[in-house]
This record gives sequence, structure tokens and C-alpha cells, in this order.
Amino acid sequence: MPWDRNQMAARAAQELEDGWYVNLGIGIPTLVANYVGDKDITLQSENGMLGMGPFPYEGEEDPDLINAGKQTITELNRTAYFDSATSFGMIRGGKIAAAILGAMEVAENGDLANWMIPGKLVKGMGGAMDLVAGVGRVIVVMDHTNKHGDSKLLKECTLPLTGKGVVDRIITNLGVLDVVEGGLKIVETAEGVTEQELRDATQATLV
Amino acid sequence: MKKIYGSAAEALDGLLFDGMFIAAGGFGLCGIPELLLDAIKDAGTKDLTFASNNAGVDDFGIGILLQTRQVKKMISSYVGENAEFMRQYLSGELELEFNPQGTLAERMRAGGCGIPGFYTKTGVGTVIADGKEHKDFNGETYIMEEGIFADLAIVKAWKADETGNLIFRKTARNFNPPAAMCGKTCVVEVEEIVAKGELDPDNIHLPGIYVHRIIQGEHEKRIEQRTTRKREDA
Repeated sequence: MPWDRNQMAARAAQELEDGWYVNLGIGIPTLVANYVGDKDITLQSENGMLGMGPFPYEGEEDPDLINAGKQTITELNRTAYFDSATSFGMIRGGKIAAAILGAMEVAENGDLANWMIPGKLVKGMGGAMDLVAGVGRVIVVMDHTNKHGDSKLLKECTLPLTGKGVVDRIITNLGVLDVVEGGLKIVETAEGVTEQELRDATQATLV
Repeated sequence: MKKIYGSAAEALDGLLFDGMFIAAGGFGLCGIPELLLDAIKDAGTKDLTFASNNAGVDDFGIGILLQTRQVKKMISSYVGENAEFMRQYLSGELELEFNPQGTLAERMRAGGCGIPGFYTKTGVGTVIADGKEHKDFNGETYIMEEGIFADLAIVKAWKADETGNLIFRKTARNFNPPAAMCGKTCVVEVEEIVAKGELDPDNIHLPGIYVHRIIQGEHEKRIEQRTTRKREDA
């Protein structure tokens, strides 16, 4: 059985080390916060906050307190606020240990495409290009294949890039892969998924 | 010098002209200068270029100036929440320059600090790098981005004192300080103006040197994505 969304998020949470400052993207990456357990992890929201808390209780929403997805959130007893230039200063400056984010395509050389599909409505890259260029470790969480069954782990990206050679590790519904010299290396497969099944679903070179 | 004005229209008097370049604070609908945007709409100033992370929604934020066709160009990182924006962009009525979010913030900060250009890794190897100067430092490639020097900055803060020292609240700070810094003139709207000496000098977020005109007003502070969690049963 391939991993579901929550199992992928739980697996991604294992990547985080005690004491890390981490930025989580929208979608499955947001769920990673539910699985960090006892580890001391501080979440960054790139609109200007370290120490992001959970959603507020109904009636306690504060319009001055939102995350990068514009959702209402809460603060913690460790929270610090700052402006956008400072926020991306700590991202670009390599102070954020890791970013976990989604992707449309990843190539075997670590190229990442997750912001634009030509011919479709372009919304913008937001902070994604800054994050993948700046943080210590880029971990991608994504489905292994698209809805037609085609691999999203490719020899070369077909979509416009968010970053070139930026991805370190990929967690898909079928398993975990690292970007290494010459291609992707299988680190593990999801419970009940064989290595052959993962290989068959992958276009990128496996080494 | 008196910095306090009676209304947004008075505070903008003499500063607006067709074709001008405005830097605006705010992230989504959080911490946007909503009163000043209303006043610019009423003034009818045209062919505006905005450096602003987002473009508001159809009926709030910069969106209201799109409705009235007052905007010629947006420099933004994300504009996905605005249908009218997309319609004008796809029909060629509106120019759009995408900047990565951190690049946009740093361009504002740099402009405010007298830095006309800087090098960044962000966007190397992507369409953002097309046509930009590339330079290697310590074996890594960077691209040059230019500082933003705006004719006017419009900003929202929480509190100001009479001299323009500002305090922001929570994540409503966002792009407001860098936007304020890069404007030739900076007009700020706040929820409360207090007397000199009432703000702790050690806790000023943006010193009044960057602030030229201030107004106090009532803010709608609309929430874009209201998300909550359930209370566990006791």
C-alpha cells in the first residue's frame, strides 16, 4: 500500500532534527507539524514570524496574525515577529535548516518545478524561489505520479523551474529518494511497495 | 515639523501624480494601507505602478484600484486571489512583473538604504534570471537585482507617536517597514497616534525618520482565510 497524505507527512517529520528552524509549505507539508512529536522544532512563516502556533479557536481569530497561506493562526510563548526583508534575510542567509514543500516535477539533478504551468493561470512564485535557494535542506513531498500514472520524478523538468539543482530528498507516496551524483537513489520504499514497483513508476535515472 | 494630518486625502495632498511609482506595505489583506488606497481611488490618479507583494482581492486592497483601471503595472510575488487582476492581465491591460517574495522585500530595503543593486542566489537558473547580470562569488552563481526607489510609500502600522516612530502588530508588519524605507515620501496610517514619550524608545520598529505624514483611522482589517480549530470536549 502506498503512503497516504498523513503517512507521507509523518515520514517527512522524521527528517527534522531537534532544535531546527523549519519552513513548511502549503498542502501536505503543513501536516508535518502534527508529527514532530517531542522534537523542539520552531516553524517559520515567511510573512514574518518564527514560532508559528496552531489555528485559533473559533472567535479568537486575529486579522493581524496570519501565516504565509493567509490563514489565521496563533502565536506561542517562543514567537518572534519581524518584517519581510528580515524574514527572507534569514531564509537567504541559510539560517533556516530545512524547507518541506510540494512539487509538480523534480528532476534527477535536483531541479524543482512547483510554481507555474504554461498556458494556465499564473499566480506567482511567492517565496518558493527564495526558500529553495536559501535554506539548508530542501525536502520535497509529492505524489510519485500524476493522475495519468506518469512519473513526476523526471530526467529533466518540463515546467518552468523554481530552482536549479536545489532538492536534497524526495518523499513520495511510494518511498524516499535522495538526489545524488548521477541521479536519484532509493532510500526506502513505503510499506508494501516493492523496489520494482517504485522503479517502474520512476522516469528519472535511479542509481 | 507637524506630521499628523486629519484625513487620508489631506495626507496625500500634493503627492499624487499620473504615472507615479508607489510602494505599498501589506501581505495578502494583512497590514495593508486600506485608508490610503481608498483615498487614491477617490483622487483618481492614473497609470500607477505598484510594488506590492499582492494585489488585494476584487473589492479590497489594491483590487479597488484595478476596478477603476488606475493601475498600469504591478510588481508582485503572488496575485492568485484576484479575479479582476487576472482578467486585466490576460487581456493585456495590465503589466505584471513577478519578483520572488524575498527579492521584492530586499529590493525595497536596498532602495531605502541607498543600494541600487545587489546579488542574490534566488531565481538563478529560472525565468527570473533571464536578461539579468550573473556573477560568481566563491564558486556560486548569483544574479543582480535592483533596489526600488518609489515616488511614494503607503504603509499601515499599529501605533505612531507624533514624531512618526512606528510600532507594528504581529504579522501585520510584513512588507510595511521595507516599503516605508524605499519611498521618497512615506505616508502612514495607524490605529492610534500617541504623544511623544509614550512609546518605549527601545521598542520602536521603524524610526520616524522614514515617516513624513501620519493619519489615524478606523480599519476594517478583513480576514482572507478564516481558519479555526475545534475546542476539545472538556
